[in-house]
Amino acid sequence: MDIATKTTRKDFMSDQEVRWCPGCGDYSILAAMQLLLPEIGVERHNIVFISGIGCAARFPYYMNTYGMHSIHGRAPAIATGLAATRPDLDVWVIGGDGDMLSIGANHLLHALRRNINLVIVMFNNQIYGLTKGQYSPTSELGKITKSSPFGSADQPFNPISLAIGAEATFVARTHDMDRSHMQAILKSAHDHQGASFVEIYQNCNVFNDGAFEAITGKENREDNLLYLRDQEPIVFGKDDKYGIALNTQGGFDVIDTTNNGTERVLVHNAKQKDASMAFALSRLGVNDGEPRPMGIFRDIAREEYGSFIETQRQTAIAKYGSGDLDKLFRSQPTWHV
Amino acid sequence: MTVDTGKKVINLDSLVVRFAGDSGDGMQVVGDRFTSESAIFGNDVATFPNYPAEIRAPAGTLAGVSAFQVQIADHDIYTPGDSPMILVAMNPAALKANIADLIPGGTVICNSDAFEKRNLEKAGYSANPLEDGSLDLYKLYCIPITALTLEACKSIGAKPRDAERSKNFFALGMISWLYDRPYQPTLDFIKTRYAKNSQVVEANTLAFNAGRHFGETTEAFESAYNVAPSKLPSGEYVNITGNTALSWGLVAAAQRASMPMFLGSYPITPASDILHELSKHKAFNVTTFQAEDEIAAVGSALGASFGGAIGVTTTSGPGVDLKSETIGLAISLELPLVIVDVQRGGPSTGLPTKAEQSDLLHVMFGRHGEAPVAVIAASTPAHCFEAAIEAVRIALFHRTPVYLLSDGYLANGSEPFRIPNKEDLPDLKIEFATQPNKVLEDGKEVFWPYLRDEETLARPLAIPGTKGLEHRIGGIEKADGSGNISYDPINHENMVKLRQAKINKIADYIPDLDVDDPNNASLLVLGWGSTYGTILTAVNEVRESGHSIARAHLTYLNPFPKNLSQIIDRYEKVLIPEMNTGQLASLIRSSFLKDVIQLNKIQGIPFKVSEIKAALISLLNDK
Repeated sequence: MDIATKTTRKDFMSDQEVRWCPGCGDYSILAAMQLLLPEIGVERHNIVFISGIGCAARFPYYMNTYGMHSIHGRAPAIATGLAATRPDLDVWVIGGDGDMLSIGANHLLHALRRNINLVIVMFNNQIYGLTKGQYSPTSELGKITKSSPFGSADQPFNPISLAIGAEATFVARTHDMDRSHMQAILKSAHDHQGASFVEIYQNCNVFNDGAFEAITGKENREDNLLYLRDQEPIVFGKDDKYGIALNTQGGFDVIDTTNNGTERVLVHNAKQKDASMAFALSRLGVNDGEPRPMGIFRDIAREEYGSFIETQRQTAIAKYGSGDLDKLFRSQPTWHV
Repeated sequence: MTVDTGKKVINLDSLVVRFAGDSGDGMQVVGDRFTSESAIFGNDVATFPNYPAEIRAPAGTLAGVSAFQVQIADHDIYTPGDSPMILVAMNPAALKANIADLIPGGTVICNSDAFEKRNLEKAGYSANPLEDGSLDLYKLYCIPITALTLEACKSIGAKPRDAERSKNFFALGMISWLYDRPYQPTLDFIKTRYAKNSQVVEANTLAFNAGRHFGETTEAFESAYNVAPSKLPSGEYVNITGNTALSWGLVAAAQRASMPMFLGSYPITPASDILHELSKHKAFNVTTFQAEDEIAAVGSALGASFGGAIGVTTTSGPGVDLKSETIGLAISLELPLVIVDVQRGGPSTGLPTKAEQSDLLHVMFGRHGEAPVAVIAASTPAHCFEAAIEAVRIALFHRTPVYLLSDGYLANGSEPFRIPNKEDLPDLKIEFATQPNKVLEDGKEVFWPYLRDEETLARPLAIPGTKGLEHRIGGIEKADGSGNISYDPINHENMVKLRQAKINKIADYIPDLDVDDPNNASLLVLGWGSTYGTILTAVNEVRESGHSIARAHLTYLNPFPKNLSQIIDRYEKVLIPEMNTGQLASLIRSSFLKDVIQLNKIQGIPFKVSEIKAALISLLNDK
């Protein structure tokens, strides 16, 4: 094995011109990725980006690694075959909310439950960008778009809830306005064995500008964003003024810690086997006055798919010996003529 | 083998038996056993299982009848036979559904216990056919199979309902005696197949032996029959179905390519047995993945191909519909991929368990854009082995998706397969790129994924993990050479033509089509796929009556063999029998501007030899 020479962001930039709209949130995600990969230390020829269709899906063309820009929704399925046969590779899946939660939702759910060794990064801008502005499966109810002039009648998905419900072993959220958080989350996702799901709030400044401004805008973050930190109290606001506590109905209360102390405040445990608390946290931010959590909701250990089938293969070889065609052809009764 | 009962043994040169009963009666097992006994004895065999899509259709009804036909012979045979000489009918519905196919004077063996009022009504009989003389045309044996089975199993204390399940083995024992088949293989089979339940082993063994002894001692059968071993080319043989042969071919291809194989598949009749078989062979570095749907099945296979494995997906027509977009992507990516389509009756759900050749035009043209693929078709159950190896060869060497067409008839039918020397199988090793292949103007050495081989027009494959050859591929139109996204109009036209030219080039690497024409005939019968055996038998029989007929059978459907055009031109008349409305006929007409005569059957069941013979004779007489 070669000793990895020190690489920089430039090593991960391809020679292709980046063609996203000026001001698109995708630029900051691309930068975060290109800055992160030299830190991770995996050589670029061992990295593969697989994407489907959509603005986000152009991502592989801009990374100087191996890559495939495939078809709408199918990236998790294609990546599954690659990761299952090539455990030596770092396989990343990139897509948007339409790609992964609408046309390809099925594949996303199954890749997560199988715990395929993938990092699945979903750029959520709550709109269809490449097709020029139709509502997406994460657009809010009543959303006025080109295809919903009277408002969308579709209840949106909560991607984090969906991933937890799909038995995902790593589920996290970050946003395009905070590069260092993005990098930290993507690094943790990369370090996790098995399928990691990362939702990134991403601004589409052309078709859905400011969709997350109320949460991720610099002046709003303090009151409306909650950074989940493992094994630490779940608090937010200026000087951690507020905390999240369980109420007697099994729901959450936002409590003022200056008046009530921190005794009732929940401590985040992303490694908790039971998914109930992670799921409950994923619902935060739906009601007024609740902050939207960012960070790692869930990070549990479960054997990843590739290692599971490799064990099966080794067991088969131990039991039957390495495949021998002569034996295969005689695995049913034979006769001589 | 002798039968020491004082009864005489009559030698037959061939025998066609059909076992028929309810879906739950175990007729497929019995048919399969009778075939194996005969194969091990040395006969040539050919089988035709025919069963409903429902796992257990209402008992006793015509809809629930499951049948298994086998021809055994002391000479080469190519079909399971047009008409059975013996029909074993386990109930009135089985009799009713099958009696019309029996040859006049044929033998009917019925389980008389099942011919009671309720079953007769369910089958739509107003009177008992065993008693009303309606079967006088045939040699009828009424045997109380249920009662005899129950009696045989009494000693082990099995509940009547459980013991009755062994009646198929009683019938098998009886027929095995009647046709002088070796018993031991079936006794061994019972022991291993039902090893988990000792009572079932005992009951089936008792029933089978009781059936044999019944045959021996009863006054009913005045003689036993024998079919001598056939004179197949010397070698070691195994009786396999098309699906097994196809699976083994894939495994063998992966071994000969020294590459891992990845099968992405979603269960679908009649292709699922390939998934079942391949899932056993992890020790061959074969990974099977039961995907969430047909799309993920082909997608995962394509992903595996990108990583340097042999990506394979197996399905039937409805699955092909769903996979089409991904196959278009594979065409654009120019990656190896094998898509096995075990055709069944369509459209839509159609006839899931029946055979049809109706996907030819679908796999040829069923994608958006100009998206050519290679297409080959297996012609007999054993040929599925060779066809699978050939599909992998074309996929690997020409960097293209390849459709391998089989059908329900080949998939479940079986015949002896001569075990090859593994060293004689083709060498399928390919080389992946390890070095840059292009020097840019500034002197920089780079890897261009679409810089083609001049001979084959195939592109180089650099698999992820290869240092210095990092590159991106995708479904957007790309510049020839560099592979970078290109919307340039001239480049697009060039790429469309190149993708077609690359498929056309395969014709340089496949054999010419052989024509079997000993007497300079003016009539050519041209077939493809599973009609092989029937056409061959029909042609041989018509030739015996002094006629000249030429015969050719296509394995390569896209591209066609290079000499096909000359062959077509050489004959005054070309007859194309197909189990569709004329799909190869359309391709031949549009490719060669030559009219052809169609013979089509779209009933979900294969042609009979007699049907093809009739068409041939009519054409020969129509001067």
